Amino acid sequence: MILIYIAASLLISVFLYFNKITLIRKSLVLLFLLLQIIFTAYEFINKGFTEYSFFKADALAILMLITLTIISIPALLHSYDYIYKEKDNRRARSIYYVSMVILVMSLSAAYLSSHIAVTWIFVELTTLSASALIFHRRNPGSLEATWKYIFVSSISLVFVFIGILFLSLALGDANQETLHYETLVSLAPNLNQFWLRLAFIFIFSGFTAKLGLVPMYTAGIDAKDKAPTPAAAMFSSVLMNVGFVGVFRFYEIMTHSQLHQWANHVIMISAFISVFIATVYMLKVKNIKRMLAYSSIEHMGVIMLGLAAGGIGYYAAILHIILHSFAKSSLFFQIGHIYKTYKTKNTYFIGNYFKYNLSGAIFLLIAFICVTGMPPSGLFISEFYIFKALFEANYLIVLIPLLILLTFIFWALGKNVFKILFTPPVDFDESSIEKVNPYETLSQYILMGLVIYLGLFPPAFFNDLIHEAIKNLI
Amino acid sequence: MINILLIVFTMSLLFFAIGNRLMTYVKILALQGVLLFGIAFYGLIESDLLTLIIILLETVIVKAIAIPLFLRYVIIKNNITREAEPYLPNFVSLIIVTLIIAATFMVSNVIDDIHQHKIYFVVALSALFSGLYFISTRKKIITHVICYVLIENGVFILSLAVGKEMPMLVNLGVLFDVFVSVFLLGIFINKVGDVLQDTDVSQLSNLKD
Repeated sequence: MILIYIAASLLISVFLYFNKITLIRKSLVLLFLLLQIIFTAYEFINKGFTEYSFFKADALAILMLITLTIISIPALLHSYDYIYKEKDNRRARSIYYVSMVILVMSLSAAYLSSHIAVTWIFVELTTLSASALIFHRRNPGSLEATWKYIFVSSISLVFVFIGILFLSLALGDANQETLHYETLVSLAPNLNQFWLRLAFIFIFSGFTAKLGLVPMYTAGIDAKDKAPTPAAAMFSSVLMNVGFVGVFRFYEIMTHSQLHQWANHVIMISAFISVFIATVYMLKVKNIKRMLAYSSIEHMGVIMLGLAAGGIGYYAAILHIILHSFAKSSLFFQIGHIYKTYKTKNTYFIGNYFKYNLSGAIFLLIAFICVTGMPPSGLFISEFYIFKALFEANYLIVLIPLLILLTFIFWALGKNVFKILFTPPVDFDESSIEKVNPYETLSQYILMGLVIYLGLFPPAFFNDLIHEAIKNLI
Repeated sequence: MINILLIVFTMSLLFFAIGNRLMTYVKILALQGVLLFGIAFYGLIESDLLTLIIILLETVIVKAIAIPLFLRYVIIKNNITREAEPYLPNFVSLIIVTLIIAATFMVSNVIDDIHQHKIYFVVALSALFSGLYFISTRKKIITHVICYVLIENGVFILSLAVGKEMPMLVNLGVLFDVFVSVFLLGIFINKVGDVLQDTDVSQLSNLKD
């Protein structure tokens, strides 16, 4: 099935590239969404089934795949009204849709891959398609963002590749079969510790470019700022998840070796510095899109702290990353509406949002409550479990500064969101305002509703999948 | 024979440090492509014919001919001035690269578990770290792409040291990705040249907080 899926997606993107008629483009995009849904359903039904020895539908892959499918539906459909209003040429529009399709396809394949080198190839493919999306506007700003993104990501993926080579040194007699994640987990106790340490350092720092942690987080911020809103929504949710999947699968190997504690400390240092940097920048930035990008860095830091703390933290990390994907992507869609209304991203010139777009303003208020982890948001529950895990693992020295930093972030985000909602804007000309259709907000409400629902009443199959995903972690 | 080729490769890094012109860098890349072919050929002589053909394709065709020609085309098309414009004098670069090589040499001597691959390891790591050093000290963005290829060459040597067992499929995927990356980076340099009239890193520092 996966080969059919990849081939069909490539075929659809070829048609999209050469097609000139709007109606055919719409139907091709709908066809791809249908394919994506069928593929997800197929993998969900055939759980635990290995295809072509390189792809396996395990629980983590299925969770991430469902998240991706749910988010890609509004992302692709919103692209219509989003792009139509712009003065762009047909070629740029075709490239936009082709890159979107390739991005979704390579993300799905990277989640499902059960071989570390195959994951590498598809993650590299996400970099290439994402850079075409960032370049969509073709102005100096997007040019700079694209350049930085493609360069930093390429260097990071070279790091991952070096890590894979060190991993084969750690194995001693590496061959094609032994680089499967499952084999690696079973061989983990006997791996050479020196090379395993080096491999972990290189692979972890390489994947941080996607995951958005110190040291390689920088390129992602500019990318999310300059990419079109639907693409930015994908970058801040499902593209970050692919970095998480890469780190998580390698972390699984580390938990079975003697270096478990050491790996925890490496992750913890990187995650805590990320939260700190996110706090510092969020207190300072005026650009609302960049502020949300830093908020994603903060959430990823919290997730990785949960992973490093262990215990209930494992469950909470997976729950948090899924809920964060829904929350952050819907917020980015809303930023698209704010930009449409005010034609700026600077909070200084944005205000009185309730007056201009009622449904969007109510959503923004709910989203603020959800994304900062206040009840009834599901993120409250996962963050609470992560704090509990840190407390139980005796990491008070991390937990207390973390809570202080999160309070700062709460204040910084609240200050800007309430400014947008209630304070009158500076120099704003009301006459030329572009009305937002309230129905376009519907998808955002649905996604945010999922954040609350999945956190408060997680369905049984969802809980089982998360527990199955973490069952290999000790 | 392999050792001689690897040592020549290391010397090309020193030459890179004192090179002043962009075309010198491109020529060094082409030379490294040929050296990589020699190293791979002697290392993998016992393997089957198909592997040898693919290695030949990967090193000679792509690394020694296609990429240098493409970079040359980018340089000529954008009228990039031929000076490399380093931030530090060449003499300092030479000392730093020498120090990098010496340091990796000492580090690899400390590790007792490298079996017979010690020289591969030294050369690969020196190429990696000198590449990162060159990226941080050169002003033009085309040199960043050149140094990216340099790092890739180092990684290729490392993969030879460990990767006789690496599946061919993976190697092909890696080759494809590297080629596309270089190609895309080159296209973007053309775009930067069109939009900004000057392909300089200082033009690309407006996005910050």
